[in-house]
Amino acid sequence: MTTKSQALLNWVDERFPLTSTWKAHLSEYYAPKNFNFWYFFGSLALLVLVIQIVTGIFLVMHYKPDASLNAAGVPVAFAAVEYIMRDVPGGWLIRYMHSTGASAFFVVVYLHMFRGLLYGSYRKPRELIWLFGVGIFLALMAEAFMGYLLPWGQMSFWGAQVIVNLFSAIPVIGPDLALVIRGDFVVSDATLNRFFSFHVIAVPLVLIGLVLAHIVALHEVGSNNPDGVEIKKKKDANGIPLDGIPFHPYYTVKDIVGVVGFLIVFSAVMFFAPEGGGYFLEYNNFLPADPLVTPPHIAPVWYFTPFYSLLRAVTYPLFGLDAKFWGVIAMGAGVVIFAFLPWLDRSPVKSIRYKGPIFKTALVLFVIVFFILGYLGVQPPDNGGIKDRTTQICSVLYFAFFLLMPWYSKLDSCKPEPERVTS
Amino acid sequence: MKTRAMKFVKRLFAVALFAPVVAMAAGAALHLDKAPVSTDPAALQNGAKVFVNYCLNCHGASFMRYNRLKDIGLSEELIKDNLLFTADKIGEQMKIAMTRDNGKAWFGAAPPDLTLVARARASEFGSGADWLYTYLRQFYRDPNRPTGWNNKVFENVGMPHVLWELQGDQVAHIEEKDDGHGGKLKEVSLELAKPGTQTTAEYDKTVADLVSFLVWMGEPMAESRKNIGVIVLIFLTGLFVLSYALKKNYWKDIH
Repeated sequence: MTTKSQALLNWVDERFPLTSTWKAHLSEYYAPKNFNFWYFFGSLALLVLVIQIVTGIFLVMHYKPDASLNAAGVPVAFAAVEYIMRDVPGGWLIRYMHSTGASAFFVVVYLHMFRGLLYGSYRKPRELIWLFGVGIFLALMAEAFMGYLLPWGQMSFWGAQVIVNLFSAIPVIGPDLALVIRGDFVVSDATLNRFFSFHVIAVPLVLIGLVLAHIVALHEVGSNNPDGVEIKKKKDANGIPLDGIPFHPYYTVKDIVGVVGFLIVFSAVMFFAPEGGGYFLEYNNFLPADPLVTPPHIAPVWYFTPFYSLLRAVTYPLFGLDAKFWGVIAMGAGVVIFAFLPWLDRSPVKSIRYKGPIFKTALVLFVIVFFILGYLGVQPPDNGGIKDRTTQICSVLYFAFFLLMPWYSKLDSCKPEPERVTS
Repeated sequence: MKTRAMKFVKRLFAVALFAPVVAMAAGAALHLDKAPVSTDPAALQNGAKVFVNYCLNCHGASFMRYNRLKDIGLSEELIKDNLLFTADKIGEQMKIAMTRDNGKAWFGAAPPDLTLVARARASEFGSGADWLYTYLRQFYRDPNRPTGWNNKVFENVGMPHVLWELQGDQVAHIEEKDDGHGGKLKEVSLELAKPGTQTTAEYDKTVADLVSFLVWMGEPMAESRKNIGVIVLIFLTGLFVLSYALKKNYWKDIH
């Protein structure tokens, strides 16, 4: 480095912790050297967040959150999306990036969470990282739900109608709460405008804050790894973990490979199947919202369907309260229960590599159940038929995975953890 | 060659991502004919002509600008002289004079905007094009309906058979069958009672062209989207090789 640029850097460093931050989080942040495929999805989630924010900024330049009808009888918001698709130069690309990005966000986050389950990344001392992560997941769901209203298509409208109505099942405050969320007695222009505000300002701010907390907490305690052993326990004379390598340049160059690989899959979907077979962009959403025409079958977007199944699984009233209320509780619990994992897992080891057959079976079963619930969530209910029964059985298994974990994780015959990471 | 490769990529994705849905749809009730969708400019131009002459009186295409028709090989002069019926300027959208309230009063439901109909009509039974292709060929005479027409795909539809002069009159033979579960199954078979000005093959071609146009209009940028996609994927593949080599080089001393 030339003396002049060194002088400039010194000038900055005396006023702002630039070099020390760079060192603490990148060049001297020691990450385990044995990260595998599953460790790409954290940085990929960050990438998709950036894609969504940048494309979102450009979409807001042309989109209008207005439910009134234009001269041709089409809602202005719906027409604004088609205006972006047709008349804004490159608008279709920006819009498809954003719509494909929404689904990609959930794909990446689900895989990132599954990594946590595989290697016990939620265990001590990483409980707070995990809790921030659950917060991110919750914020992401709110963000996706409110964003889905904005195109103001049939599914946007009726999906919002169904979900907001769920809140009215809460005793005493329910109906008023639903009213506050909608800003009206039905989903309307008021709803569209407040969802727009939340989608572009409030929730993104919360998301970015939580992501920052997630990363700061991670860099405080250090990353877990596929072996689930703490690399900080074995350090060399300089205090550097023996199995650690500087995040930069090793993991920055490795993550570039992951990013390009991800972009290949992302582009393949975006350029050749942006509708995702009716799952990323639902067919019914190419019809403008019509409060007088209820679609025969209202299904949420694919990433909500496992939790939607939990909601529909509850069909019995209890303690004098509606089945709908308990369904809402089941759905909410299905998400929030992830937050308790650090205290539910009593296994002496962290990683699946050293866990016993019971935990392995439970995890495989959980993944299968999650997929079945997701599949059944897009299907119309069959009034107590085979699909509804399967939904109920799978919902019980879903919660059993979490609630029985303190026992089966303790009972399991684990293998001994190694002293150092294996390569 | 290029389009074949793209079709393959698309199919591969469709199969990998959505196999369960296809399997689910096997027992479906609604049978749709496969629409021979074309991207040939001659077919699209003929489709545009049919659309403007037959559809664009009750149905609007309010997101579609007339000058976008240049994308299917029409010149501004051709558009102005032959297709510009509902607007004065070529930059305007394909809007209609009939109000939604009038449409509702006259047909029972306001005729929908058709810009996106080919995308909106897709379902687990087939693509939106399949639905339209089947729908427009299965009108039949029904004295019980106010318009005198009914439709096999869209029962008791408010729309009369606008293309009847071309297709002629079809009549329906309705047979009630036992569905094996104690219910009745209505089986409608259609017969051409009075031929129109076109033969069945010619009429199918007319409808195919119209449907191709509706598919194109649903996403006019679809072709350029795929073309750009090929370039992007080639670029990313090259970048992947380079980034992998870079990673290998950096990591060669890590064991």
